Amino acid sequence: MRVELTGVTVQNIVEDITLHASNEVVGIVGPNGSGKSTTLRCVYRALKPDAGTVLLDGENVHKRQNIAGVLAALTQESQVEFDFTVAEVVEMGRLPHDRNPAHDSRVVSDALATVDVSHLANRSFLSLSGGERQRVLIARAVAQQPRVLVLDEPTNHLDIRHQLDVLSLARGLGVTIITVLHDLNLAASYCDRLYVLDEGRIVAHGTPAEVLVPELIAKVFHVTAHVVAHPTTGVPQLLFDQEVTP
Amino acid sequence: MIGKISALVGVLAVSIVAGVALGPVAVPFDVTLQLLHAAITGGTVPADQAGQYHIVWDIRLPRVLLAAVVGAGLSTVGVAIQAMVRNALADPYVLGISSGASVGATAVATLGVLSGLGVYALSTGAFLTGLGATALVYITARTSRGLTPLRLVLTGTALAYGFSAVAMLLVFQAPHGEAARAAMFWLLGSLGGANWQSLPVATAVTAAGIVYLMTKARQLNALAMGDETATTLGVAVNRFRTHLFVVTAAITGVLVAVSGAVGFVGLMLPHLTRMVVGADHLKVLPLAPIAGASFLVWVDVAARMLAAPEELPLGVITAALGVPCFILLMRRKAYVFGGR
Repeated sequence: MRVELTGVTVQNIVEDITLHASNEVVGIVGPNGSGKSTTLRCVYRALKPDAGTVLLDGENVHKRQNIAGVLAALTQESQVEFDFTVAEVVEMGRLPHDRNPAHDSRVVSDALATVDVSHLANRSFLSLSGGERQRVLIARAVAQQPRVLVLDEPTNHLDIRHQLDVLSLARGLGVTIITVLHDLNLAASYCDRLYVLDEGRIVAHGTPAEVLVPELIAKVFHVTAHVVAHPTTGVPQLLFDQEVTP
Repeated sequence: MIGKISALVGVLAVSIVAGVALGPVAVPFDVTLQLLHAAITGGTVPADQAGQYHIVWDIRLPRVLLAAVVGAGLSTVGVAIQAMVRNALADPYVLGISSGASVGATAVATLGVLSGLGVYALSTGAFLTGLGATALVYITARTSRGLTPLRLVLTGTALAYGFSAVAMLLVFQAPHGEAARAAMFWLLGSLGGANWQSLPVATAVTAAGIVYLMTKARQLNALAMGDETATTLGVAVNRFRTHLFVVTAAITGVLVAVSGAVGFVGLMLPHLTRMVVGADHLKVLPLAPIAGASFLVWVDVAARMLAAPEELPLGVITAALGVPCFILLMRRKAYVFGGR
């Protein structure tokens, strides 16, 4: 499924964001406060842009019915106080679809298995570690059976193993993914294309090899980077000097 | 789940019969059942049981049924409001309805406003000012981005203090002590005024509201996870919260009009229900009303019997049961919504 943002503007935060993603993994990177999350919020409809459009296969997401049936999102929202079980949380992914208890419970157990959290099904969601919670939320997104997945820093608070796990898992779903990532090396490893945001504007886009070059990293992040090829996969990876550039 | 519901329905049925039988004048259980049976099937009652029949059918049954309706309504509204504002301490009165209603009720009791309406004056006065207070909270809390949970709670709480102050002023300015006592009694909740006429509206509104909320159980689950999450799951959050506001306000307003401000039921029963079945509204919503109904039937029995022939306000008894219960709840390790 094709996601297309054209001239998306949210006053004082992002300006004229134009990007697209279509059956690929697209990463959005940029410094803190550059407007990455705001851009995503316009896609999953938590925010209506002041100008510009967000299209899903040519249809405006703010006008189309039942977007949740095709688009799932993992947001930064994390203050849950209600003590749902893991199975109940994943079951919520079925909300956008017509209810069918037998089918739904099969989809839910498949989703739990896909994300390898079946053993947690009856545990309290609140008792889980950060990594487990994130996996359960991905299971909920899987149960939603989306064709587009929007991820806002899905690797936050996760140790390195779970960071790799979560991203491989998402990639393995084979749907259109738009994800915000802080870690440029993860972005280079898991994304087909990257957009770089700085002060609310897109300043570069292209494949990781095209985008992650020392000049751009210096300009946007104010650090000095060296690009090396990953010894086994060959994707560009960055090494940073300790001194920050002014 | 079906087992739990059936068990609770059984408890409720027994509670209702017991509630009718028990009181300052006790009617034996078998006689109570016979009289109820006779009344429902149109049978005959021996002349020497006419007095008991009057107590059972005209006085106690409507009162017990009203207790069940009020208990069911307040518990369900508590469940919905706690999810709607995502606040463990929210209860049906957090939006200022009861304190708004208390202004009308005290005005009727102490100033004789609406005296033309006779026995309905108190209910009408309470309902009208409750409704006015709700509208005021809604208008004040509303922003261009809809009703946000924190704003709703803060606005409701702040305005409630204002309304309570007006009600208290009316009580203290009351020309004679009896009026002040009547007003206080109403403020703490009482079913003393229950009769068959007070049932239809309260029952219809409560039943319709409970049915509506039960059809929205999954949306309430999504809302409990947060506004953004609910949006991504396809819930039109602003519209849904407005609907919840209207439905919960309508139920609360009608119940407050017939029973006063019975405290603790709407706060405690949702938590107790969640402790048994967890936070899933598909499970909480069918059970909370039945549990609340049984609970309030027994509270009302206690209100009639503990200080007979005087009656105690319901709020005194719900608080006596509710406060220790709540403290136990809080002392549980890391209690959250439905911690098991």
